[in-house]
Amino acid sequence: MAQAVREVTVEAVSDIDPIQGRPALITGTPGFHGVTEAVARAVEWKPPAGWYIAFAISCTLLFLFLVSMAWLFWEGVGIWGNNVPVAWAWPITNFVFWVGIGHAGTLISAILFLFRQRWRTSINRAAEAMTIFAVLCALIFPAIHTGRPWLAYWMLPVPNQMGMWPQFRSPLMWDVFAVSIYLTVSVLFWYVGLIPDLATLRDRAKTRVRQIVYGILALGWRSSHRQWLHYERAYLLLAGLATPLVLSVHSVVSFDFAVSKLPGWHSTIFPPYFVAGAIFSGMAMVVTLMVVCRVAFKLEHLITILHFDRMAKLILLTGSMVAYAYAVECFVAWYSGNAFEKFAFLNRALGPYAWAYWVMIVGNVLAPQLFWFKRARTSIAILFVVSILVNVGMWFERFVIVVTSLHRDFLPSSWGYFSPTVWDVTTLMGSFGLFFTLFCLFVRYLPMVAMAEVKGVLPEARGDG
Amino acid sequence: MANATGKQRLRSLKEPLVKMTEQRSQTHVFGLLAEFDAPEQLRDACRGVREAGYTCWDAHSPFPVHGLERAMGLKRSPVPWFVLILGLSGAAAGMLLQWWVSEVAYPLVVSGKPFFSWPAFVPIMFECGVLGGALGALFGFLALAGLPKPYHALFHSKRFERVTDDKFFISIEARDAQFHQQETERFLKGLGASHVELVETYSVL
Repeated sequence: MAQAVREVTVEAVSDIDPIQGRPALITGTPGFHGVTEAVARAVEWKPPAGWYIAFAISCTLLFLFLVSMAWLFWEGVGIWGNNVPVAWAWPITNFVFWVGIGHAGTLISAILFLFRQRWRTSINRAAEAMTIFAVLCALIFPAIHTGRPWLAYWMLPVPNQMGMWPQFRSPLMWDVFAVSIYLTVSVLFWYVGLIPDLATLRDRAKTRVRQIVYGILALGWRSSHRQWLHYERAYLLLAGLATPLVLSVHSVVSFDFAVSKLPGWHSTIFPPYFVAGAIFSGMAMVVTLMVVCRVAFKLEHLITILHFDRMAKLILLTGSMVAYAYAVECFVAWYSGNAFEKFAFLNRALGPYAWAYWVMIVGNVLAPQLFWFKRARTSIAILFVVSILVNVGMWFERFVIVVTSLHRDFLPSSWGYFSPTVWDVTTLMGSFGLFFTLFCLFVRYLPMVAMAEVKGVLPEARGDG
Repeated sequence: MANATGKQRLRSLKEPLVKMTEQRSQTHVFGLLAEFDAPEQLRDACRGVREAGYTCWDAHSPFPVHGLERAMGLKRSPVPWFVLILGLSGAAAGMLLQWWVSEVAYPLVVSGKPFFSWPAFVPIMFECGVLGGALGALFGFLALAGLPKPYHALFHSKRFERVTDDKFFISIEARDAQFHQQETERFLKGLGASHVELVETYSVL
């Protein structure tokens, strides 16, 4: 087995696909068995030392999160910096940030699937996992932001002792449905995609526990074509359903802001602008994660520089859409002739939170412009740095939207300045702990590359068909 | 000593039960399993099996082989119907819930709008429709693919473990009217199978 693995990584690189004459998606001609070996190895062998270090750090941050939660529930939301006029502050910034991260996973798994972009197959599984974990992190924030998470059921249409029902005309209620259904559908989509690969792990399992657990999860999949027929149709339809869903989710999130009448929030460009920004930030997170995973688990021939090149192009595209949205906001502030609108914009760029605004501009507008150059798109170091800058920039974008719009509204007497407390910071760091702990567990116990799909894009799989 | 007698007594109790199960459960032939090395071979072989007139058979491959449904003569999957029906039901249920809550259970005037101000209910109706459709795709797929199925005769075959790795198989079941152990084995070898084996299954009488 070890020899087969070595062959896979060392073998000469054939960069042109013999059938399509386009650059090969998978380098080193691993063959079907080579793909299985390379991916299943990460799950079956002892993980590299780096995994233990990453897991330890993630668990520490997760512990920090639990401590922050415990203190929050004991003491109340007063431990945070949010107060009138900035009542939404960090928790909602974090919520929008995490929901946004999730969107790239669905873009890669559903939208690129519908556009028949075969290169998605190497990264879609990990991106979908990222989606689920990010949306889980996101869901926590609105719940804890109320300060009384045990009353979260008030948001659900369930009969209760108060005889009260939710108010469905509010975008905040739409959000409850959109985000929870987004999580559910993402999990379904991910699981259906996992079934053939779980069967691979079941068939390779050496221990009784693995046989039973993967056996139950694989549901008795026999790779039969009478099963593949329904599987492929169901997968296509799930992709078709997830695509409008993902566009609707961030549109609904943007309605939380756009439907209100606050300058800086009340804007018709918000839905497309939020969707583009969400995909932008999520792509950056995929790049960050994949740069690390492919090296840690020796998957360089499955997740090639070509994949990064294309992700970088998507980052450039969505980043430019975000830049366009910033420009339009600026234009509308002037063109509307509305004094409040104009003030809100100038206050963002030059007011007390100007530093946050310019961090956002550097991360979201300037940094991705590097990707016009092929050199930058194919350099792992530049990709990694830019992806981090974009992540930071996108977090600040939400901070700018939430905080600068709220802190100075129509009435100067009610102006204020928000600064985070130490518990705001630990909660945000802790949510990264939750995200990375789940991601570490995922790469340890589930195949992080969709084996069946990658085999399907190998040149030998297509033959003369 | 007392312990040994206890164990002996237990064995004497278990023995007739074990014997009874052994007598009652018999193995019988499930069918033949032919192994192929490449997807093109599988596709050609499938065409051959279909043209020979077999009906109870299946092809197995680590990934969906392009063009196999044509070679096998399979009809389109009816999964879309599940999605359509459950998707529309989900959307209808979403709208119905909002109508009932706003009009019947808790009528409340908000910004002078009518109780049933349906444009504001469209986003949730849409999300519920997507949820219904996704559940339809999942359950439609599971039902049509016959999953979950924890036991299947093919799992007895050691070679079949590589179907999820890099090997391609055709299984012809014994219940097929045309099935004949030797004849069918010869037929499968003639189609280019690198290995043909007999698969047995248990049946408790």
